Amino acid sequence: MTLALSDVKRIANLSCLELTEEQAGQTLDKLNGIFALVEQMRAVDTSGIEPLSHPIAALTADLALRLRDDVVTESNHREAYQQPAPATQDGLYLVPKVIE
Amino acid sequence: MHTKTIKELSTLLQAKKISAAELATLFLDRIEQSDLNAFLHVDRQLSLRQAAVADQRLATGDTTPLTGIPIAHKDLFVTRQWRTTAGSKMLKNYTSPFDATVVEQFNAAGTVTLGKLNCDEFAMGSGNENSYFGAVKNPWDKRAVPGGSSGGSAAAIAARLAPAATGTDTGGSIRQPAALCGVTGIKPTYGSVSRYGMIAFASSLDQGGPLAKTAEDCGVLLNAMTGFDERDSTSIARPKEDFTRSLNDSLQGLRIGVPREFFGAGLAADVEQAVRAALAEFEKLGATLVDISLPKTELSIPVYYVIAPAEASSNLSRFDGVRYGHRAADYKDLSDMYKKSRAEGFGDEVKRRILVGAYVLSHGYYDAYYLQAQKIRRLIAQDFQRALTGADRQCDVIMGPVSPTVAWDLGDKTDDPVANYLADIFTLSTSLAGLPGMSIPCGFGQGEKNAQRPVGLQIIGNYYEEARLLNVAHQYQQATDWHQRAPV
Repeated sequence: MTLALSDVKRIANLSCLELTEEQAGQTLDKLNGIFALVEQMRAVDTSGIEPLSHPIAALTADLALRLRDDVVTESNHREAYQQPAPATQDGLYLVPKVIE
Repeated sequence: MHTKTIKELSTLLQAKKISAAELATLFLDRIEQSDLNAFLHVDRQLSLRQAAVADQRLATGDTTPLTGIPIAHKDLFVTRQWRTTAGSKMLKNYTSPFDATVVEQFNAAGTVTLGKLNCDEFAMGSGNENSYFGAVKNPWDKRAVPGGSSGGSAAAIAARLAPAATGTDTGGSIRQPAALCGVTGIKPTYGSVSRYGMIAFASSLDQGGPLAKTAEDCGVLLNAMTGFDERDSTSIARPKEDFTRSLNDSLQGLRIGVPREFFGAGLAADVEQAVRAALAEFEKLGATLVDISLPKTELSIPVYYVIAPAEASSNLSRFDGVRYGHRAADYKDLSDMYKKSRAEGFGDEVKRRILVGAYVLSHGYYDAYYLQAQKIRRLIAQDFQRALTGADRQCDVIMGPVSPTVAWDLGDKTDDPVANYLADIFTLSTSLAGLPGMSIPCGFGQGEKNAQRPVGLQIIGNYYEEARLLNVAHQYQQATDWHQRAPV
Protein backbone atom coordinates (compact mmCIF):
# COMPACT_ATOMS: atom_id res chain seq x y z
CA MET A 1 0.00 0.00 0.00
CA THR A 2 1.25 3.46 -0.87
CA LEU A 3 0.14 6.79 0.48
CA ALA A 4 -0.71 9.66 -1.85
CA LEU A 5 0.11 13.32 -1.27
CA SER A 6 -3.57 13.87 -0.47
CA ASP A 7 -3.29 11.30 2.39
CA VAL A 8 -0.38 13.21 3.89
CA LYS A 9 -2.31 16.46 3.73
CA ARG A 10 -5.36 14.85 5.27
CA ILE A 11 -3.49 13.36 8.25
CA ALA A 12 -1.48 16.57 8.71
CA ASN A 13 -4.78 18.38 8.99
CA LEU A 14 -6.12 15.78 11.45
CA SER A 15 -2.91 16.18 13.47
CA CYS A 16 -3.04 19.99 13.44
CA LEU A 17 0.38 20.24 11.80
CA GLU A 18 1.06 22.85 9.15
CA LEU A 19 3.04 21.39 6.24
CA THR A 20 4.29 23.33 3.23
CA GLU A 21 3.91 21.74 -0.20
CA GLU A 22 7.61 20.88 -0.18
CA GLN A 23 7.50 19.39 3.33
CA ALA A 24 4.45 17.33 2.40
CA GLY A 25 6.34 15.84 -0.56
CA GLN A 26 9.36 14.93 1.56
CA THR A 27 7.12 13.53 4.29
CA LEU A 28 5.31 11.39 1.74
CA ASP A 29 8.57 9.65 0.75
CA LYS A 30 9.54 9.00 4.36
CA LEU A 31 6.10 7.74 5.34
CA ASN A 32 6.00 5.38 2.39
CA GLY A 33 9.33 3.95 3.54
CA ILE A 34 7.85 3.36 6.99
CA PHE A 35 4.64 1.84 5.63
CA ALA A 36 6.63 -0.53 3.42
CA LEU A 37 8.04 -1.90 6.68
CA VAL A 38 4.62 -2.01 8.32
CA GLU A 39 3.20 -4.09 5.45
CA GLN A 40 4.98 -7.20 6.87
CA MET A 41 2.20 -7.43 9.43
CA ARG A 42 -0.42 -8.24 6.82
CA ALA A 43 0.86 -11.77 6.23
CA VAL A 44 0.38 -12.79 9.88
CA ASP A 45 -2.66 -14.90 10.70
CA THR A 46 -4.19 -13.38 13.82
CA SER A 47 -7.64 -14.94 13.64
CA GLY A 48 -8.93 -15.67 17.12
CA ILE A 49 -6.20 -13.57 18.79
CA GLU A 50 -7.31 -10.87 21.21
CA PRO A 51 -5.54 -7.51 20.87
CA LEU A 52 -3.11 -6.76 23.72
CA SER A 53 -3.35 -3.14 24.83
CA HIS A 54 -1.84 -3.40 28.32
CA PRO A 55 1.30 -5.57 28.42
CA ILE A 56 0.65 -6.94 31.90
CA ALA A 57 -2.67 -8.33 30.60
CA ALA A 58 -0.50 -10.98 28.92
CA LEU A 59 0.28 -12.22 32.45
CA THR A 60 -2.85 -11.26 34.39
CA ALA A 61 -5.85 -11.84 32.14
CA ASP A 62 -8.45 -10.19 34.41
CA LEU A 63 -6.45 -6.96 34.69
CA ALA A 64 -8.64 -3.87 34.95
CA LEU A 65 -7.75 -0.22 35.31
CA ARG A 66 -8.34 1.09 38.80
CA LEU A 67 -11.14 3.49 39.61
CA ARG A 68 -10.67 6.03 42.35
CA ASP A 69 -13.32 7.30 44.74
CA ASP A 70 -15.33 10.17 43.29
CA VAL A 71 -14.07 12.78 45.73
CA VAL A 72 -12.10 16.00 45.44
CA THR A 73 -8.40 15.26 46.02
CA GLU A 74 -6.68 18.25 44.44
CA SER A 75 -6.45 21.71 45.93
CA ASN A 76 -6.30 24.82 43.79
CA HIS A 77 -2.98 25.31 41.97
CA ARG A 78 -4.22 27.58 39.22
CA GLU A 79 -1.48 30.16 39.54
CA ALA A 80 1.30 27.59 39.47
CA TYR A 81 -0.27 25.70 36.59
CA GLN A 82 -0.77 28.83 34.53
CA GLN A 83 2.79 29.96 35.09
CA PRO A 84 4.13 28.18 31.95
CA ALA A 85 1.23 29.29 29.72
CA PRO A 86 2.07 31.53 26.74
CA ALA A 87 -0.78 33.96 27.49
CA THR A 88 -3.18 34.32 30.44
CA GLN A 89 -5.34 37.07 31.87
CA ASP A 90 -7.36 37.14 35.11
CA GLY A 91 -6.76 33.42 35.60
CA LEU A 92 -7.92 32.53 32.09
CA TYR A 93 -5.98 31.17 29.12
CA LEU A 94 -5.95 33.58 26.18
CA VAL A 95 -6.64 32.23 22.67
CA PRO A 96 -7.68 33.93 19.42
CA LYS A 97 -11.35 34.76 19.21
CA VAL A 98 -13.38 31.66 18.23
CA ILE A 99 -16.94 33.01 18.32
CA GLU A 100 -17.81 36.18 16.44
CA MET B 1 36.52 9.55 43.38
CA HIS B 2 34.50 9.88 40.15
CA THR B 3 35.17 6.24 39.22
CA LYS B 4 33.64 4.88 42.42
CA THR B 5 30.32 3.07 42.49
CA ILE B 6 27.26 4.34 44.37
CA LYS B 7 27.87 1.60 46.92
CA GLU B 8 31.44 2.84 47.55
CA LEU B 9 30.45 6.51 47.60
CA SER B 10 27.68 5.78 50.07
CA THR B 11 30.15 4.13 52.45
CA LEU B 12 32.46 7.17 52.24
CA LEU B 13 29.56 9.57 52.83
CA GLN B 14 28.26 7.63 55.83
CA ALA B 15 31.79 7.49 57.30
CA LYS B 16 32.12 11.28 56.77
CA LYS B 17 35.20 10.74 54.60
CA ILE B 18 33.63 13.08 52.06
CA SER B 19 30.65 15.42 52.22
CA ALA B 20 27.72 15.52 49.82
CA ALA B 21 28.72 19.08 48.94
CA GLU B 22 32.28 18.04 48.05
CA LEU B 23 30.99 15.15 45.98
CA ALA B 24 28.48 17.32 44.12
CA THR B 25 31.16 19.94 43.44
CA LEU B 26 33.49 17.30 42.07
CA PHE B 27 30.91 16.04 39.57
CA LEU B 28 29.65 19.56 38.69
CA ASP B 29 33.25 20.50 37.85
CA ARG B 30 33.56 17.44 35.62
CA ILE B 31 30.29 18.32 33.88
CA GLU B 32 31.51 21.87 33.31
CA GLN B 33 34.68 20.62 31.65
CA SER B 34 32.90 18.07 29.47
CA ASP B 35 32.19 18.70 25.77
CA LEU B 36 29.72 15.83 25.22
CA ASN B 37 26.53 17.93 25.29
CA ALA B 38 25.11 15.38 27.74
CA PHE B 39 23.50 17.99 30.01
CA LEU B 40 20.77 20.44 29.08
CA HIS B 41 20.46 22.29 32.37
CA VAL B 42 22.87 22.51 35.28
CA ASP B 43 22.45 24.89 38.21
CA ARG B 44 25.24 24.71 40.75
CA GLN B 45 23.35 26.69 43.41
CA LEU B 46 20.35 24.37 43.30
CA SER B 47 22.55 21.28 43.47
CA LEU B 48 24.56 22.61 46.38
CA ARG B 49 21.39 23.50 48.25
CA GLN B 50 20.29 19.85 47.96
CA ALA B 51 23.78 18.75 49.00
CA ALA B 52 23.57 20.89 52.15
CA VAL B 53 20.31 19.16 53.08
CA ALA B 54 21.94 15.77 52.45
CA ASP B 55 24.90 16.71 54.61
CA GLN B 56 22.53 17.67 57.41
CA ARG B 57 20.85 14.27 57.13
CA LEU B 58 24.23 12.55 57.13
CA ALA B 59 25.16 14.46 60.28
CA THR B 60 22.01 13.36 62.11
CA GLY B 61 22.03 9.80 60.79
CA ASP B 62 18.66 10.19 59.02
CA THR B 63 19.96 8.47 55.89
CA THR B 64 19.24 5.99 53.12
CA PRO B 65 21.82 4.21 50.92
CA LEU B 66 21.36 7.11 48.46
CA THR B 67 21.69 10.10 50.78
CA GLY B 68 24.26 12.48 49.31
CA ILE B 69 24.65 10.49 46.07
CA PRO B 70 24.70 12.73 42.98
CA ILE B 71 22.19 11.81 40.28
CA ALA B 72 21.14 13.31 36.96
CA HIS B 73 17.67 12.99 35.44
CA LYS B 74 16.71 12.42 31.85
CA ASP B 75 14.96 15.54 30.65
CA LEU B 76 11.75 13.57 30.25
CA PHE B 77 11.16 13.64 34.01
CA VAL B 78 9.61 16.93 35.05
CA THR B 79 11.35 18.89 37.80
CA ARG B 80 10.14 21.95 39.62
CA GLN B 81 13.52 23.59 39.92
CA TRP B 82 15.38 22.60 36.77
CA ARG B 83 13.92 23.26 33.32
CA THR B 84 12.31 20.32 31.52
CA THR B 85 12.42 20.28 27.73
CA ALA B 86 12.03 16.63 26.62
CA GLY B 87 14.72 17.58 24.09
CA SER B 88 12.14 19.67 22.20
CA LYS B 89 11.84 23.24 21.03
CA MET B 90 8.21 22.88 22.09
CA LEU B 91 9.28 22.95 25.76
CA LYS B 92 12.42 25.05 25.36
CA ASN B 93 11.54 27.36 28.26
CA TYR B 94 9.32 25.08 30.28
CA THR B 95 9.60 24.75 34.04
CA SER B 96 7.18 22.28 35.58
CA PRO B 97 4.94 23.30 38.48
CA PHE B 98 5.50 19.83 40.03
CA ASP B 99 8.10 17.06 40.35
CA ALA B 100 7.71 13.64 38.72
CA THR B 101 7.09 10.85 41.23
CA VAL B 102 10.52 9.40 40.42
CA VAL B 103 12.14 12.76 41.16
CA GLU B 104 10.18 13.00 44.43
CA GLN B 105 11.31 9.50 45.38
CA PHE B 106 14.97 10.33 44.81
CA ASN B 107 14.65 13.67 46.60
CA ALA B 108 13.12 11.85 49.57
CA ALA B 109 16.02 9.38 49.56
CA GLY B 110 18.40 12.34 49.79
CA THR B 111 20.09 12.25 46.38
CA VAL B 112 21.64 15.42 44.99
CA THR B 113 20.43 16.38 41.52
CA LEU B 114 23.26 17.39 39.17
CA GLY B 115 21.00 18.52 36.36
CA LYS B 116 18.94 17.39 33.40
CA LEU B 117 20.17 15.08 30.67
CA ASN B 118 19.89 15.46 26.91
CA CYS B 119 17.72 12.96 25.01
CA ASP B 120 15.98 12.45 21.70
CA GLU B 121 13.00 14.73 21.33
CA PHE B 122 10.12 13.23 23.35
CA ALA B 123 12.29 10.07 23.56
CA MET B 124 11.82 9.36 19.86
CA GLY B 125 15.12 8.15 18.48
CA SER B 126 17.93 5.64 18.76
CA GLY B 127 20.92 7.93 18.37
CA ASN B 128 20.16 11.05 20.41
CA GLU B 129 20.42 13.01 17.18
CA ASN B 130 16.76 14.02 17.32
CA SER B 131 17.34 16.44 20.20
CA TYR B 132 16.53 20.08 19.41
CA PHE B 133 19.57 20.94 21.52
CA GLY B 134 22.00 18.95 19.40
CA ALA B 135 23.35 15.42 19.50
CA VAL B 136 25.23 13.97 22.46
CA LYS B 137 28.68 12.60 21.66
CA ASN B 138 29.68 9.10 22.65
CA PRO B 139 32.45 9.51 25.26
CA TRP B 140 34.27 6.44 23.90
CA ASP B 141 34.55 7.92 20.43
CA LYS B 142 33.27 11.42 19.85
CA ARG B 143 32.56 10.67 16.19
CA ALA B 144 29.91 8.18 17.29
CA VAL B 145 26.34 8.44 18.58
CA PRO B 146 25.74 7.55 22.26
CA GLY B 147 22.55 5.70 21.36
CA GLY B 148 19.10 6.85 22.34
CA SER B 149 16.83 7.99 23.45
CA SER B 150 18.50 8.14 26.91
CA GLY B 151 21.79 9.12 25.22
CA GLY B 152 22.66 11.86 27.70
CA SER B 153 22.10 9.45 30.61
CA ALA B 154 24.36 6.74 29.19
CA ALA B 155 27.07 9.20 28.08
CA ALA B 156 27.09 10.87 31.51
CA ILE B 157 27.61 7.54 33.30
CA ALA B 158 30.27 6.39 30.82
CA ALA B 159 32.21 9.66 31.06
CA ARG B 160 31.90 9.50 34.85
CA LEU B 161 30.01 12.82 34.95
CA ALA B 162 27.48 11.25 37.32
CA PRO B 163 27.43 7.99 39.30
CA ALA B 164 23.70 7.54 38.70
CA ALA B 165 21.15 8.57 36.11
CA THR B 166 17.52 8.02 35.31
CA GLY B 167 16.33 7.00 31.87
CA THR B 168 13.16 5.90 30.16
CA ASP B 169 12.66 2.95 27.83
CA THR B 170 9.80 2.72 25.35
CA GLY B 171 11.42 0.43 22.79
CA GLY B 172 15.00 0.15 24.06
CA SER B 173 15.82 3.68 25.15
CA ILE B 174 17.64 2.59 28.34
CA ARG B 175 19.19 -0.66 27.11
CA GLN B 176 20.49 0.50 23.73
CA PRO B 177 22.35 3.66 24.87
CA ALA B 178 23.67 1.69 27.87
CA ALA B 179 25.08 -0.83 25.38
CA LEU B 180 26.52 1.76 23.02
CA CYS B 181 28.19 3.65 25.89
CA GLY B 182 29.35 0.59 27.84
CA VAL B 183 27.30 1.13 31.01
CA THR B 184 24.69 -0.87 32.93
CA GLY B 185 20.99 -0.08 32.61
CA ILE B 186 17.74 -1.83 33.42
CA LYS B 187 14.17 -1.38 32.24
CA PRO B 188 11.96 -3.01 34.86
CA THR B 189 8.61 -4.70 34.27
CA TYR B 190 5.98 -2.32 32.85
CA GLY B 191 4.16 -0.66 35.73
CA SER B 192 7.01 -0.90 38.26
CA VAL B 193 8.21 2.69 38.01
CA SER B 194 5.65 5.48 38.12
CA ARG B 195 4.99 7.31 34.86
CA TYR B 196 3.58 10.34 36.72
CA GLY B 197 5.56 13.35 35.58
CA MET B 198 7.42 11.34 32.95
CA ILE B 199 6.49 13.14 29.73
CA ALA B 200 4.38 10.63 27.81
CA PHE B 201 5.47 9.14 24.48
CA ALA B 202 3.69 5.75 24.20
CA SER B 203 1.89 5.08 27.44
CA SER B 204 1.49 1.29 27.12
CA LEU B 205 5.26 0.97 26.60
CA ASP B 206 6.94 3.83 28.52
CA GLN B 207 8.87 2.66 31.57
CA GLY B 208 11.48 4.45 33.67
CA GLY B 209 14.64 2.84 34.95
CA PRO B 210 18.17 3.53 36.18
CA LEU B 211 21.58 3.63 34.50
CA ALA B 212 24.80 3.26 36.47
CA LYS B 213 28.18 1.57 36.35
CA THR B 214 27.17 -1.73 37.92
CA ALA B 215 24.20 -4.04 38.33
CA GLU B 216 24.49 -3.66 42.10
CA ASP B 217 24.12 0.13 41.78
CA CYS B 218 21.11 -0.32 39.48
CA GLY B 219 19.53 -2.47 42.19
CA VAL B 220 20.03 0.24 44.81
CA LEU B 221 18.50 2.82 42.45
CA LEU B 222 15.56 0.57 41.55
CA ASN B 223 14.83 0.13 45.25
CA ALA B 224 14.29 3.88 45.46
CA MET B 225 12.36 4.46 42.23
CA THR B 226 9.85 1.60 42.16
CA GLY B 227 6.59 1.31 44.08
CA PHE B 228 2.89 1.81 43.64
CA ASP B 229 1.74 5.30 42.67
CA GLU B 230 -1.97 6.04 42.60
CA ARG B 231 -1.29 8.96 40.26
CA ASP B 232 -0.23 6.53 37.49
CA SER B 233 -3.25 4.58 36.22
CA THR B 234 -1.10 1.61 35.13
CA SER B 235 1.12 1.49 38.21
CA ILE B 236 1.24 -2.07 39.53
CA ALA B 237 0.35 -2.58 43.19
CA ARG B 238 2.98 -4.97 44.52
CA PRO B 239 4.71 -5.20 47.87
CA LYS B 240 8.04 -3.34 48.07
CA GLU B 241 10.97 -5.61 47.36
CA ASP B 242 14.73 -5.40 47.77
CA PHE B 243 16.17 -5.78 44.29
CA THR B 244 19.65 -6.43 45.68
CA ARG B 245 18.52 -9.38 47.81
CA SER B 246 19.89 -12.12 45.57
CA LEU B 247 22.94 -10.45 44.02
CA ASN B 248 25.27 -13.03 45.52
CA ASP B 249 23.34 -16.16 44.53
CA SER B 250 25.29 -18.69 42.52
CA LEU B 251 24.50 -19.15 38.82
CA GLN B 252 25.02 -22.90 39.08
CA GLY B 253 22.28 -24.57 37.07
CA LEU B 254 20.97 -21.32 35.53
CA ARG B 255 19.42 -22.00 32.14
CA ILE B 256 20.07 -19.24 29.63
CA GLY B 257 17.81 -19.15 26.59
CA VAL B 258 19.62 -18.03 23.46
CA PRO B 259 17.07 -17.03 20.83
CA ARG B 260 18.31 -18.01 17.39
CA GLU B 261 16.46 -15.04 15.86
CA PHE B 262 18.86 -12.73 17.76
CA PHE B 263 21.87 -14.17 15.96
CA GLY B 264 20.77 -14.11 12.33
CA ALA B 265 21.81 -12.03 9.36
CA GLY B 266 22.11 -8.38 10.27
CA LEU B 267 24.04 -9.01 13.47
CA ALA B 268 27.55 -7.56 13.08
CA ALA B 269 30.34 -10.13 13.45
CA ASP B 270 32.16 -8.16 16.14
CA VAL B 271 29.02 -7.78 18.25
CA GLU B 272 28.25 -11.49 17.87
CA GLN B 273 31.74 -12.41 18.96
CA ALA B 274 31.60 -10.29 22.13
CA VAL B 275 28.14 -11.63 23.02
CA ARG B 276 29.19 -15.26 22.41
CA ALA B 277 32.25 -14.71 24.61
CA ALA B 278 29.98 -13.41 27.37
CA LEU B 279 27.75 -16.49 27.03
CA ALA B 280 30.85 -18.69 27.35
CA GLU B 281 31.76 -16.80 30.53
CA PHE B 282 28.31 -17.60 31.94
CA GLU B 283 28.91 -21.28 31.17
CA LYS B 284 32.08 -21.04 33.27
CA LEU B 285 29.94 -19.63 36.08
CA GLY B 286 27.79 -22.76 36.01
CA ALA B 287 25.02 -21.79 33.58
CA THR B 288 23.89 -23.85 30.62
CA LEU B 289 22.85 -22.46 27.24
CA VAL B 290 19.57 -23.49 25.69
CA ASP B 291 18.68 -22.90 22.06
CA ILE B 292 15.27 -21.22 21.96
CA SER B 293 13.10 -19.54 19.34
CA LEU B 294 11.26 -16.22 19.50
CA PRO B 295 9.75 -16.49 16.03
CA LYS B 296 8.04 -13.09 15.95
CA THR B 297 11.20 -11.09 16.68
CA GLU B 298 11.34 -9.44 13.25
CA LEU B 299 7.67 -8.50 13.41
CA SER B 300 8.32 -6.50 16.56
CA ILE B 301 9.60 -3.67 14.32
CA PRO B 302 6.40 -3.02 12.34
CA VAL B 303 4.25 -3.74 15.41
CA TYR B 304 6.17 -1.24 17.52
CA TYR B 305 6.27 1.39 14.80
CA VAL B 306 2.48 1.24 14.57
CA ILE B 307 1.60 1.09 18.28
CA ALA B 308 4.14 3.63 19.56
CA PRO B 309 3.27 6.34 16.97
CA ALA B 310 -0.46 5.72 17.51
CA GLU B 311 -0.09 6.38 21.22
CA ALA B 312 2.30 9.27 20.56
CA SER B 313 -0.13 11.01 18.21
CA SER B 314 -2.70 10.94 20.98
CA ASN B 315 -0.32 11.91 23.81
CA LEU B 316 1.28 14.77 21.91
CA SER B 317 -2.05 16.36 21.03
CA ARG B 318 -1.78 18.12 24.40
CA PHE B 319 0.85 20.45 22.95
CA ASP B 320 -1.44 23.09 21.51
CA GLY B 321 0.32 26.31 22.47
CA VAL B 322 -2.38 27.19 24.98
CA ARG B 323 -1.50 25.81 28.42
CA TYR B 324 2.26 25.43 28.03
CA GLY B 325 4.91 25.14 25.39
CA HIS B 326 5.71 27.00 22.21
CA ARG B 327 3.17 29.32 20.62
CA ALA B 328 3.72 30.70 17.12
CA ALA B 329 4.12 34.47 16.85
CA ASP B 330 1.68 35.02 13.96
CA TYR B 331 -1.57 33.24 13.19
CA LYS B 332 -4.96 33.92 11.62
CA ASP B 333 -7.25 32.08 14.02
CA LEU B 334 -7.29 29.34 16.67
CA SER B 335 -6.85 26.47 14.22
CA ASP B 336 -3.98 28.27 12.51
CA MET B 337 -2.38 28.89 15.90
CA TYR B 338 -2.46 25.16 16.71
CA LYS B 339 -1.05 24.18 13.33
CA LYS B 340 1.75 26.74 13.28
CA SER B 341 2.70 26.27 16.94
CA ARG B 342 2.97 22.51 16.50
CA ALA B 343 4.76 22.78 13.14
CA GLU B 344 7.35 25.12 14.68
CA GLY B 345 7.64 23.35 18.03
CA PHE B 346 8.06 19.73 16.93
CA GLY B 347 11.06 18.31 15.06
CA ASP B 348 10.88 16.16 11.92
CA GLU B 349 10.90 12.72 13.55
CA VAL B 350 8.24 13.69 16.08
CA LYS B 351 6.03 15.03 13.29
CA ARG B 352 6.52 11.85 11.27
CA ARG B 353 5.44 9.70 14.19
CA ILE B 354 2.40 11.87 14.88
CA LEU B 355 1.41 11.51 11.22
CA VAL B 356 1.96 7.74 11.15
CA GLY B 357 -0.07 7.46 14.35
CA ALA B 358 -2.91 9.59 13.04
CA TYR B 359 -3.00 7.48 9.88
CA VAL B 360 -3.11 4.05 11.57
CA LEU B 361 -5.84 5.26 13.92
CA SER B 362 -7.93 6.86 11.21
CA HIS B 363 -11.20 5.49 9.88
CA GLY B 364 -10.72 2.58 7.50
CA TYR B 365 -7.18 1.77 8.63
CA TYR B 366 -7.64 1.13 12.35
CA ASP B 367 -8.36 -2.60 11.99
CA ALA B 368 -5.70 -3.32 9.39
CA TYR B 369 -2.92 -1.53 11.25
CA TYR B 370 -3.55 -0.66 14.87
CA LEU B 371 -5.66 -3.67 15.82
CA GLN B 372 -3.52 -6.08 13.81
CA ALA B 373 -0.42 -4.69 15.58
CA GLN B 374 -2.02 -5.23 19.00
CA LYS B 375 -2.89 -8.82 18.07
CA ILE B 376 0.67 -9.58 16.99
CA ARG B 377 1.78 -7.89 20.20
CA ARG B 378 -0.02 -10.65 22.09
CA LEU B 379 1.69 -13.31 19.96
CA ILE B 380 5.06 -11.73 20.77
CA ALA B 381 4.26 -11.82 24.51
CA GLN B 382 3.18 -15.48 24.15
CA ASP B 383 6.51 -16.38 22.51
CA PHE B 384 8.31 -15.16 25.63
CA GLN B 385 5.88 -16.94 27.96
CA ARG B 386 6.43 -20.24 26.15
CA ALA B 387 10.16 -19.93 26.81
CA LEU B 388 9.99 -18.55 30.37
CA THR B 389 6.96 -20.04 32.17
CA GLY B 390 5.25 -23.25 33.06
CA ALA B 391 6.50 -26.62 34.20
CA ASP B 392 8.12 -27.26 30.82
CA ARG B 393 9.75 -23.85 30.58
CA GLN B 394 12.91 -23.81 28.56
CA CYS B 395 15.00 -21.27 30.43
CA ASP B 396 15.27 -18.91 33.42
CA VAL B 397 16.57 -15.87 31.54
CA ILE B 398 17.14 -14.96 27.90
CA MET B 399 20.34 -13.44 26.57
CA GLY B 400 21.44 -11.90 23.31
CA PRO B 401 22.76 -8.70 21.80
CA VAL B 402 21.16 -5.32 22.57
CA SER B 403 22.01 -3.65 19.28
CA PRO B 404 22.97 -5.34 15.99
CA THR B 405 26.04 -3.08 15.69
CA VAL B 406 28.26 -0.94 17.88
CA ALA B 407 27.60 2.82 17.89
CA TRP B 408 27.40 4.27 14.40
CA ASP B 409 28.87 7.58 13.26
CA LEU B 410 27.03 10.81 14.04
CA GLY B 411 25.11 11.81 10.93
CA ASP B 412 25.09 8.34 9.34
CA LYS B 413 21.40 7.59 9.76
CA THR B 414 20.06 11.08 10.39
CA ASP B 415 17.97 11.22 7.26
CA ASP B 416 16.83 7.61 7.22
CA PRO B 417 14.13 6.78 9.78
CA VAL B 418 13.74 3.19 8.56
CA ALA B 419 17.46 2.47 9.07
CA ASN B 420 17.11 3.74 12.64
CA TYR B 421 14.02 1.62 13.26
CA LEU B 422 15.70 -1.58 12.01
CA ALA B 423 18.51 -1.13 14.54
CA ASP B 424 15.93 -1.49 17.36
CA ILE B 425 15.15 -5.11 16.45
CA PHE B 426 16.50 -6.79 19.61
CA THR B 427 14.98 -4.43 22.18
CA LEU B 428 11.44 -3.85 20.88
CA SER B 429 9.93 -7.26 21.64
CA THR B 430 10.76 -7.03 25.37
CA SER B 431 9.05 -3.63 25.56
CA LEU B 432 5.99 -4.85 23.67
CA ALA B 433 5.66 -7.76 26.11
CA GLY B 434 6.28 -5.45 29.11
CA LEU B 435 9.11 -7.67 30.39
CA PRO B 436 12.16 -6.49 32.31
CA GLY B 437 15.36 -6.24 30.30
CA MET B 438 18.82 -4.96 30.98
CA SER B 439 22.09 -4.22 29.25
CA ILE B 440 25.57 -4.80 30.65
CA PRO B 441 28.89 -4.06 28.96
CA CYS B 442 30.55 -7.22 27.58
CA GLY B 443 33.32 -6.08 25.24
CA PHE B 444 34.16 -3.90 22.30
CA GLY B 445 33.86 -3.96 18.54
CA GLN B 446 36.71 -4.83 16.25
CA GLY B 447 38.77 -3.11 13.62
CA GLU B 448 40.30 0.33 13.57
CA LYS B 449 36.96 2.08 13.75
CA ASN B 450 35.05 -0.05 16.24
CA ALA B 451 37.76 -1.15 18.67
CA GLN B 452 36.81 1.65 21.08
CA ARG B 453 33.05 1.23 20.73
CA PRO B 454 31.37 -0.88 23.46
CA VAL B 455 29.10 -3.92 23.02
CA GLY B 456 26.19 -4.61 25.36
CA LEU B 457 24.77 -7.94 26.44
CA GLN B 458 21.00 -8.02 26.85
CA ILE B 459 19.46 -10.03 29.68
CA ILE B 460 15.69 -10.52 29.60
CA GLY B 461 13.61 -12.12 32.36
CA ASN B 462 10.03 -12.96 33.13
CA TYR B 463 7.66 -10.42 34.72
CA TYR B 464 8.91 -9.10 38.09
CA GLU B 465 12.20 -11.00 37.85
CA GLU B 466 14.39 -7.90 38.11
CA ALA B 467 16.20 -9.29 41.17
CA ARG B 468 17.13 -12.37 39.15
CA LEU B 469 18.41 -10.26 36.23
CA LEU B 470 20.51 -8.16 38.59
CA ASN B 471 21.87 -11.31 40.25
CA VAL B 472 22.89 -12.72 36.87
CA ALA B 473 24.47 -9.42 35.82
CA HIS B 474 26.23 -8.96 39.16
CA GLN B 475 27.80 -12.42 39.04
CA TYR B 476 29.13 -11.65 35.55
CA GLN B 477 30.51 -8.33 36.79
CA GLN B 478 32.27 -10.13 39.66
CA ALA B 479 34.05 -12.31 37.10
CA THR B 480 34.81 -9.69 34.42
CA ASP B 481 35.94 -6.07 34.33
CA TRP B 482 34.16 -4.64 31.27
CA HIS B 483 31.95 -2.51 33.52
CA GLN B 484 35.01 -0.90 35.10
CA ARG B 485 36.46 0.28 31.80
CA ALA B 486 36.08 3.98 31.19
CA PRO B 487 36.91 6.12 28.16
CA VAL B 488 40.21 7.99 28.43
